[in-house]
Amino acid sequence: MARIKYREALNAALREEMERDPLVFIIGEGIGKRGGSYKVTENLLAQFGEDRVIETPLSEASFIGLGGGAAIAGTRPVVEMLFVDFMYLTMDQVANQIAKYNFMTGGQTKVPVVIRTQGGIGNGLAGQHSQSLEALFYHIPGLQVVMPSTPYDAKGLLKTAIRDDNPVIFIEHKQLYLTEGEVPEGEYLIPFGQADIKRSGKDVTILTYSYMTLECLKAAELLKEKGIDAEVIDLRTLVPLDEACILKSVEKTGRLVVVHEAWKRGGVGGDIISMVNEKAFYSLEAPPVRVAGKNTTVPFNKNLEKLCVPSVDEIVAGVMEAING
Amino acid sequence: MDSNFLKQMYETALTIRRFEEAAIEQYRQGNIYGYLHPYLGEEAIATGAIAAINPDDYIVSTHRGHGHAIAKGHDVRLMMAELLGKETGYCRGRGGSMHVANMKQFNLGANGIVGGGIPLATGAGMAIKQKKSSQVVLCFFSDGAVNNGVFHESVNLAAIYHLPVVFIIENNHYAASTPVENMNLLKDLSAHSAGYGIPGLSVDGNDAMKVYNAVIEPVKRARSGAGPTLIECKTYRHRGHHVNDPGAYMPQDILADWKSRDPLIVLRKHLADATVDAAEIKEIETKVDTLIEEAVKFAVESPEPSEAEFLNEIMAL
Repeated sequence: MARIKYREALNAALREEMERDPLVFIIGEGIGKRGGSYKVTENLLAQFGEDRVIETPLSEASFIGLGGGAAIAGTRPVVEMLFVDFMYLTMDQVANQIAKYNFMTGGQTKVPVVIRTQGGIGNGLAGQHSQSLEALFYHIPGLQVVMPSTPYDAKGLLKTAIRDDNPVIFIEHKQLYLTEGEVPEGEYLIPFGQADIKRSGKDVTILTYSYMTLECLKAAELLKEKGIDAEVIDLRTLVPLDEACILKSVEKTGRLVVVHEAWKRGGVGGDIISMVNEKAFYSLEAPPVRVAGKNTTVPFNKNLEKLCVPSVDEIVAGVMEAING
Repeated sequence: MDSNFLKQMYETALTIRRFEEAAIEQYRQGNIYGYLHPYLGEEAIATGAIAAINPDDYIVSTHRGHGHAIAKGHDVRLMMAELLGKETGYCRGRGGSMHVANMKQFNLGANGIVGGGIPLATGAGMAIKQKKSSQVVLCFFSDGAVNNGVFHESVNLAAIYHLPVVFIIENNHYAASTPVENMNLLKDLSAHSAGYGIPGLSVDGNDAMKVYNAVIEPVKRARSGAGPTLIECKTYRHRGHHVNDPGAYMPQDILADWKSRDPLIVLRKHLADATVDAAEIKEIETKVDTLIEEAVKFAVESPEPSEAEFLNEIMAL
């Protein structure tokens, strides 16, 4: 076991997969000498050369589509999109081409492309560089959505994503890159569709993912002081969703809080709660609660920015609402 | 020119013509629904261009894509079955006219989004480069697509990475109903190539031989690793945008002029010049008619996709 940063774990996953499979290549903006804005691709150019670590012009729609076409034609591209916000520029290629290709061709071919990107608030980057857009991709059949919260999960899930035969939207979080965690030496993979119980508890189920996992774990410690034993489940992959793990936990605790940084309106949380209502309504002892991002464009000002996404206090308050019914 | 090669070209172009006529008939009978965009009048482009590549070279097609697939050697029975939404179609009835694709013959598919296939073609070019294979990609798209951002981005990507892609603009003079000259001031759309530092040329798209000759060198160039070329083939639709568009906005005199240079008429002239006799031409025509008749019969008699199987498949998604 070594203690490494989230971005180093991602770097290791890319390096190991590129060493293992000559058909894996990476492509994106500034990923070469600079090693990417968040240094995830650091030193890969030196090791693999510019034929496999490919810098792009600012042609987002087309280099995403290039990734799709290269996947269809037999390689395993990992495309880096600097900010999830820029994915809006690429939506035809993602939603109409890549997501639908396997289906519309009657299953003739696989489309093993990984689109790595990052989202979330935290660095004073204002409205066009701070969004959490997973619900867009979650909504579209044909895409898998992965959002790891720890270095361990980041590495194991990225390796799985690269080996998967279908498109993966892999969304990192800008506030996680410098966080550290234990990562074993050598090979391991984390299957999609397996949530991870980051803290087990009996009184209430907190479902979350990505950076909010860290905030929920802090909230759980505060709740412990109030005598509340919270279970914190990190979904890790939104598509596929580990329904079994969610339902089992809700059946145990009878209370559900879903926490995410993304906008509350039309968010993944609402959909998950609907699923629980359909499948485990009579296990619930109180109405489920959403603690989610405010329905606003993220402001630049540091104090205002913070208000847009759930704080630890808001998570605690959301849990108390679920507890008190 | 070798008369056998010309006969082959004529057979391909005629197969496209008869296939489209049969598809329109099937549409009229209610056996095809949705959209159907005939390639009538444009047959020389797919025929000539695809004659210049190998069976394991890729093509990327468009919503008006039946011609490319036929020129690539697809089985017209499976194509017609796809147009009728049948289980036996290339895409098991999941794609239809706008999405015919066949990986086994390196056709990455038609596309319902104008310009949508251009980035995918560029990606296939990148895959070829990664695998150090000697294949090329022919990427077909329309004058309409030239005004879409991904055209410009993708041609530039192919240029800077020296990808083995030949970009072929099928300028049929209309983006749906909008005349090209109202939407682009260039006289030759291939002039866009200068903006990306690659060669470009414009050619008579109604003459399959001229198209073939124009594509040969760019394919060689692509295969040698020297990068992409942009080719404009000028042509004219014989009908409106799709089967239910009468094309009333197309001036009759201009249409008549283009029809006097119908790709099949031009090819028959080449055949006559090569002293292919009428009996041989008749033989080709009979063969094609039989092929298309069989395709329609096969498609009509093929089973619908199983609803239960479909529901079962999507359970796992």
